[in-house]
Amino acid sequence: MNSTLVNDSRLAVLDHSRLKSKSIRDVEGRGRILVSGVDIEFGHKGARTVAVGQANLEIHSGEFVCLLGPSGCGKSTLLNAIAGFVTPTRGQLSVDGKAVTEPGPDRGMVFQQHSLFPWKSVHDNVAFGPLMAGASRPEAGSVARTFLSLVGLAAFADAYPTTLSGGMQQRVGIARALANYPSVLLMDEPFGALDAQTRIMMQENLLEIWREFRNTVVFVTHDIDEAVFLSDRIVVMSASPGRIIADIKVDLPRPRDQSLLTSPEFMMLKRQCLELIREQTLAAFKQQNQAG
Amino acid sequence: MNMKVSAVVADPVSTEVTEPCQSGDTPTVSAPLAPAAQHAEQDAHARIAARHALMEKSRRYLVRVAALIMAVALWHLASTYDFNLFVNFEHVPEPALVGQALMAELSGSEFYLHIAHSLQRIAIAYGLAVVLGVTLGVLMGRSKWAEDIILPYIELLRPIPAVAWIPLAILMLPSEQSSIVFITFLGALFPVVLNTVHGVEQTSGVLVRAARCLGANNRSILWHVIIPGAMPSIVTGLAVGMGVAWFSLLAGEIISGQYGIGYFTWTSYTLIQYPQIIIGMLTIGLLGTLSTLLVRKVCSPLLRWQPTGGRV
Repeated sequence: MNSTLVNDSRLAVLDHSRLKSKSIRDVEGRGRILVSGVDIEFGHKGARTVAVGQANLEIHSGEFVCLLGPSGCGKSTLLNAIAGFVTPTRGQLSVDGKAVTEPGPDRGMVFQQHSLFPWKSVHDNVAFGPLMAGASRPEAGSVARTFLSLVGLAAFADAYPTTLSGGMQQRVGIARALANYPSVLLMDEPFGALDAQTRIMMQENLLEIWREFRNTVVFVTHDIDEAVFLSDRIVVMSASPGRIIADIKVDLPRPRDQSLLTSPEFMMLKRQCLELIREQTLAAFKQQNQAG
Repeated sequence: MNMKVSAVVADPVSTEVTEPCQSGDTPTVSAPLAPAAQHAEQDAHARIAARHALMEKSRRYLVRVAALIMAVALWHLASTYDFNLFVNFEHVPEPALVGQALMAELSGSEFYLHIAHSLQRIAIAYGLAVVLGVTLGVLMGRSKWAEDIILPYIELLRPIPAVAWIPLAILMLPSEQSSIVFITFLGALFPVVLNTVHGVEQTSGVLVRAARCLGANNRSILWHVIIPGAMPSIVTGLAVGMGVAWFSLLAGEIISGQYGIGYFTWTSYTLIQYPQIIIGMLTIGLLGTLSTLLVRKVCSPLLRWQPTGGRV
């Protein structure tokens, strides 16, 4: 249906030689994430809840990793810890050997929804990161235009976010996060609020963009199809307390498109994940029932 | 009460409108093409819509003007026939008489001097109230400490009407002028502070986190996230504050002073110049309305991003 469009967009992306050279120079070999023995607990003594328990994870440079699990399993908490919004109670967490203590522009983040500044135009939203990094207005503007054309929204530069559809808003969100050339892109269920059709388009879009960047991506989702379709590796988490229960390698060839969704390899991986999650969900239920 | 409701209406969180008539979620490349292709059609639609909106608007203004004219007509009848049933119109001059007196006032210079004095007081007092009110409001909205220290004062002082401040203001402040300005300032201050606090406290956590991820420091977050987000509420506070400023100014001017539209109104009563009373009152109403409108107009570019386009 849209093969020509996809080809066109790839050409458009390759046109930005400046973007490509910079992304390679800055991002290649970076974005290694190390999570070792991380516990994240909330609340005070007596009423403590363990959101993440004993998480060990090593994510390599340029890897696309999905954190998959049922809602409330702590996958978003772990992501927020990598972003620097949540401080682990115990354990170490580092990006490129540097301990994570606070949020920073080296780790771009895409949120589920409503994260664009509604009072800034689409262009100014994307230019915000470069401006904060000390770029001049013209410089930041040119970066913004580059990234807006990368996500196919150059024509909407002057629009305010509320006038765009949900999918377009998320594309602006991706452009904004990438405009800082982050070595790690953190995505917290970015397509969770979109309808199924838009969602698949966005997944394909994301893979196309990522092909140009090859930075590390940590993508949180509870959608198994999405995880298998996108990632190199799926880290499955179980609920209460949030633990990493499986690490599945996804050896599907790239570039991937929608046709992959019906292939036998895809089905097999999906079944594997489903069974693991089902097992763990049942176990969690049992545990909760005993506790209650 | 009133202002709280309007502050909520102007809240940025409740203004999520998506799905315009544009291309929606077509794949990457078709998006930039779509608007160009649809431009002509959209323009035509927009023109028709604009014409309809204009007709609707002028129709409504016509009704408003007619309503005012009807009030004047009723007033004319009531005062001509000395209507006296609980409300007594015997001493109320007819509209024509008031019109004559107004012409006389407008041709002299005294009347303009009264207006100029009132406007000057409003400008000074309101300016101070806006600067201090927004500053305090942002401080209180951001810091629990600041809020806990300042809020008791505001809650305690806010219900005190402007008139009640007059004796103390005269005793404490060096001049009559400064007392009146102080009272006016107080009146404008509270709505500005409270609406600013409300707006700042509505700050979306996700936007602050997004800004921090993009490398913004606390100062940038204040300027780029918190204040713009609070702006709809702040503007409501500014508009309400302007109304209350006039209200308080008049209280101050009636009791003391030699010039000012409030003084003009009150001395007209003591001098038994009844048409002048009505001229003074209507002038106050007109100036209050115009200045509130001015506040909204001046602030509207700051709210252009809202789906309503910040229109008044």
